[in-house]
Amino acid sequence: MKHLITYLIGLIFGVGISISGMANPAKVLNFFDFFGTWDPSLAFVMGGAVIVAGIGYKIVFRRSAPVFEPVFNAPISTVIDAKLVGGSAVFGIGWGIAGFCPGGALPALGTGKTDVIIFFAALVSGILIARALMRLDLGGSSGAATSNN
Amino acid sequence: METVFTPWASLTGGVMIGLASVLLMAFHGRVFGATGILAGFVIPSHSGGWAWRAMLLAGMVSGPLVVFALTGEMPAVDVPVSTTMLVIGGIIVGIGVTFGSGCTSGHGVCGMARLSPRSFVATISFMSATAITVYVIRHVIGL
Repeated sequence: MKHLITYLIGLIFGVGISISGMANPAKVLNFFDFFGTWDPSLAFVMGGAVIVAGIGYKIVFRRSAPVFEPVFNAPISTVIDAKLVGGSAVFGIGWGIAGFCPGGALPALGTGKTDVIIFFAALVSGILIARALMRLDLGGSSGAATSNN
Repeated sequence: METVFTPWASLTGGVMIGLASVLLMAFHGRVFGATGILAGFVIPSHSGGWAWRAMLLAGMVSGPLVVFALTGEMPAVDVPVSTTMLVIGGIIVGIGVTFGSGCTSGHGVCGMARLSPRSFVATISFMSATAITVYVIRHVIGL
């Protein structure tokens, strides 16, 4: 039952991404192309998602704990450093080159398109490269990318 | 390549993304960040949590198939860039989201919804970098 509910939550996300246009690099890149073939659609994706999540979180956080876990496990770091800003800027450069972000590409895998599989393989390689670099530089910091903001 | 302005489909999709984020917090107490979910699946941590990430990813990947079952059409995935750019872009995205601790879903949706200052800064950073990159590629280099 627990796994079914989790699967369905992923499915809602996957269907949402699919109909929103976030899985479509042509649309994503046009959102950022203000001086060319601009398509403002994706502002509606982010607007809708942030408003719903903002209101929903307020309701959820009235509970003392989530349904399946003993405690809420939201990221607690408040550090704004070069790693956060620089890493995010690097992500933006890659997003602008390829047109896929991780949340768009994962559901897009379901289409079975070769382009998505190629991007996905490169994405996973990049994550592994970054993890290896972090271990070298920071002496084995564990799991920076699993705490997601 | 021109694309059609789709405010209603995009808003509906956005509402569903927001809803999924709320449900994941309600049931698992976690933010819905694609980066963290994927990284935790590919590189299982000692603290566990592999199974729920696998189920979540399975659901995400099923999204286009459900859309196909309901409408008879796969969602459009039009890639206007070369395979080389997909590979280079993919590696850069993977490195950036790992150092930046999140992507559009984790920082841009969940973090902004939680009013996390870190996520506001991260979102401004990557959105600006993406816009500049697209400008340079399309209007300076002219690809």
